[in-house]
Amino acid sequence: MFDRIEDEAPTLTATDEARRQVEICNACRYCEGYCAVFPSAFSQRAFSDGDITQLASLCHNCRGCYYACQYTEPHEFALNLPRALAEVRVESWDRFAWPGGFARLFQRSGGALALMLVLGIAALFWALTALAPASGEGFYAYLSHAAMVAIFAPPFLLPLAAIAIGLRRYWAEVGGQRIRWPHLKAAFADAATMRNLSGGAAEGCNFEKGDRYSQARRHAHQAVFWGFLLCFAATSSGTVLHYVFDMPAPYGLFSLPKLLGLPGGLLLTVGAIGLIALKFKADTHLGAPEVWGGEVAFVALLGLTGLTGLLLYFATGTALVAPLLALHLGTVLAFFLTTPYSKMVHGFYRMAALIRDAQRKQG
Amino acid sequence: MTALDDQPWDLVIVGGGNAALCAAIEAAEAGLKPLILEAAPKPYRGGNSRHTRNFRCMHRGPLSVLTGAYEEDEYFDDLIRVTKGETDEGLARMTIRTSEECLPWMEAHGIAFQPSLSGTLSLSRTNAFFLGGGKALVNAYYNTAHDLGVTTAYEAEVTQIHVTGPRFEGVTAKIAGQETRIEGRGLILASGGFQADLDWLARAWGPAARNFLIRGTPYNRGVPLKQMLDHGADSVGDPTQCHAVAIDGRAAKFDGGIVTRLDCVPFSIVVNRNGDRFYDEGEDVWPKRYAIWGRLVAAQPEQVAYSIIDAKSRDLFMPSVYPPVEADTLDGLAQKLGLPGTKLRETVEAFNAACRDGDFHPTELDGLSTEGLTPPKTNWARPITEPPFYGYSLRPGVTFTYLGLKVDETARVAGPAGRFDNIWAAGEIMAGSILGQGYLAGFGMTIGTVFGRIAGQEAAAHV
Ligand SMILES: Cc1cc2nc3c(=O)[nH]c(=O)nc-3n(C[C@H](O)[C@H](O)[C@H](O)COP(=O)(O)OP(=O)(O)OC[C@H]3O[C@@H](n4cnc5c(N)ncnc54)[C@H](O)[C@@H]3O)c2cc1C
Ligand code: HEM
Ligand code: SF4
Ligand code: SF4
Repeated sequence: MFDRIEDEAPTLTATDEARRQVEICNACRYCEGYCAVFPSAFSQRAFSDGDITQLASLCHNCRGCYYACQYTEPHEFALNLPRALAEVRVESWDRFAWPGGFARLFQRSGGALALMLVLGIAALFWALTALAPASGEGFYAYLSHAAMVAIFAPPFLLPLAAIAIGLRRYWAEVGGQRIRWPHLKAAFADAATMRNLSGGAAEGCNFEKGDRYSQARRHAHQAVFWGFLLCFAATSSGTVLHYVFDMPAPYGLFSLPKLLGLPGGLLLTVGAIGLIALKFKADTHLGAPEVWGGEVAFVALLGLTGLTGLLLYFATGTALVAPLLALHLGTVLAFFLTTPYSKMVHGFYRMAALIRDAQRKQG
Repeated sequence: MTALDDQPWDLVIVGGGNAALCAAIEAAEAGLKPLILEAAPKPYRGGNSRHTRNFRCMHRGPLSVLTGAYEEDEYFDDLIRVTKGETDEGLARMTIRTSEECLPWMEAHGIAFQPSLSGTLSLSRTNAFFLGGGKALVNAYYNTAHDLGVTTAYEAEVTQIHVTGPRFEGVTAKIAGQETRIEGRGLILASGGFQADLDWLARAWGPAARNFLIRGTPYNRGVPLKQMLDHGADSVGDPTQCHAVAIDGRAAKFDGGIVTRLDCVPFSIVVNRNGDRFYDEGEDVWPKRYAIWGRLVAAQPEQVAYSIIDAKSRDLFMPSVYPPVEADTLDGLAQKLGLPGTKLRETVEAFNAACRDGDFHPTELDGLSTEGLTPPKTNWARPITEPPFYGYSLRPGVTFTYLGLKVDETARVAGPAGRFDNIWAAGEIMAGSILGQGYLAGFGMTIGTVFGRIAGQEAAAHV
């Protein structure tokens, strides 16, 4: 698991291979209508490393351009753009990550993520026994609010700082300009609808059914995406209720944290199960095969945060609350700590890529 | 897969490109069980159709991605201009009229369209572009056909067609290396032209044809066409001619497809192996001239020519798939291209001396012509002076051959004693009936779609 890190020297071959392929596309242009990658590429004649990084981050791995390509193997041009760009993404996330090295580990190794999960849960079990408060209501009967904040503030804030460093590196490499509101608006609209997984006019992507189109991945991602945001909003609303309105947990069913959290947890769990099922049906060679395991582990981890949260809710008032609380909070801890280095960073870099593309289009 | 030889099939379709698939879908929708025999392996299925990008469509008002209107008479005039009258007006007008209903039919059968590709905006009114190009179209049709119960055999090359009198009986096909006889109640021939058979091409065109590159599939070798001609089928189209354009000389022998296109000629001078110019490079805009350059290059020694530009012109045309040969001096460029250095320099100097001052407009005929030079360059003539210098080699790239089977408006093939009972033809194999000479962008797919559909419907009505 750890020795794999050593035998892969940092090279730019993934970028060079993608450049070779993109130059062929630029002479062909048949795939122009599938996604944002092609119009962005076709506005140029020569491609710097930063240009390739930007194109790779725009690519949603819908695979439409693979099945449409008359130059895939055994043709001598050996086009496989979804894979070439996926490899560039993996490499670039390694390169941008701070501190270096962690991304190499957590992107590729599902085992490492699982280990983090075990450590996270163990830490929470320890906290529950070592820091058990004398009194409190709901969860706080097991772990005081102050202890929770103490445990979670650093693992939440430090990764955010690490991601900010990565994003700065990305922005410098792709030559990003000053961000204005219209750029953000366009980028958020693209992300909210997953426009680049729509396959142009052909109704979805070519992920799990070969050259047939399907909306399954797009819908599953929507579930995860919105589910995650709802969960996040639920937690945030709880924080606001706690500090601003002096209304500490537990909250009733018709409170903001629950109204946001319940559907959020459901969407997150169902979406993650869907994404994993799709990954098992899809052809691994149209993505970056070396990170497949790490990706599955990441989606599972994400789904577990939702699932354990739901279980915790349904266990209210039973003896299971303590272990489930450790399980849930441990999962969340592992998720946050690895965020800058797992597949989770894709959301940040992809968002940056969409903003950069909006700048290109809007001038 | 069902055993191919244990039943008489309702319909045997030879070929697996656009025309074959349109025929199979129509026939299956009318209740037949068709069998598609495709010579290519699955990754290369779809013949030349997998290399296409659009089809030309008549429309009386805005239609799907098509803007404005493109009416029958304008379409027909465009056709007459390129074929110089070598067309069957009745068939041509029927094809044009039917193209209008083809677009919605295609959409209903899985084809997605997109607005014109960048660099081809001039076609946004006349040609509907396939989202993802021809291979996406072929994939969509195979899915539709398979959903309708059509059976496909890949690597199934038809080697013989068995005909008794006016009736088709069966074919012999080499399937996975084994000769298999397959019986059928009807036959649709959609196996394209013969351009991939270089021996045939050399017999027809002359030995120089062996140096031609074939832009599309290596599987269109004309075996079914030859079989039918041997059975006495009526032919149409000049047997000695092929449609050839000038493409990048470094392209592979087969299947280079669209990316081997070179758009540099109007901004360059073109010399042959001896370093001599031989034709007016600036006669017209490139889309109107690339077809005659195939023939021009074919007439040069070793069927090769070299397009030379300088740094000024580098970014004026669509990027090429192979980077140009580059050098800081003309001598250096000549050496890298294997051209006689002194001669190339003389040719360039003579050209430069004949250039005159004037306004240069890369996107229109600018009349910037040479003076006192033979052959002249009548537009875009700017001296070649600014290093680095770039060179591209050019070779003739064959798109298709003109010889085909003569059909009527029901796609039925005719023989020595009138029409065959149960043989139809569609696509490139009968296109000579309508396109006797020249080519109109997007018309090949129109012919294949219109006649493929007719052949499928007719077969369903008659077998
Ligand atoms: C690079 C390129 C670009 C083009 N672009 C366009 C365009 O944009 N628009 C347009 O309208 N036209 C275009 N054309 C022309 C167009 O490709 C043809 O007009 C059209 O594809 C013909 O369709 P078809 O079905 O008749 O033949 P094809 O698509 O060539 O299909 C012939 C099929 O027959 C099979 N076959 C051959 N022999 C046998 C045998 N003995 N047994 C079994 N199967 C056999 C082949 O494998 C193939 O599947 C282009 C051509 C080329 C080469
Ligand atoms: C910011 C905008 C976002 C964009 C544009 C985006 C885009 C994508 C795309 C294109 C994929 C599939 C391609 C690939 O596997 O690399 C993907 C996968 C995924 N995304 Fe997002 N995403 C965003 C945010 C999020 C968020 C907020 C979450 C939830 C936390 C999320 C969760 C996932 C998951 C679980 C996968 C599946 C990973 C896999 O199958 O390997 N994404 N995303
Ligand atoms: S992926 Fe293939 S078909 Fe699509 S633009 Fe690139 S070269 Fe052309
Ligand atoms: S895989 Fe999809 S998103 Fe990526 S470049 Fe190809 S068409 Fe675009």
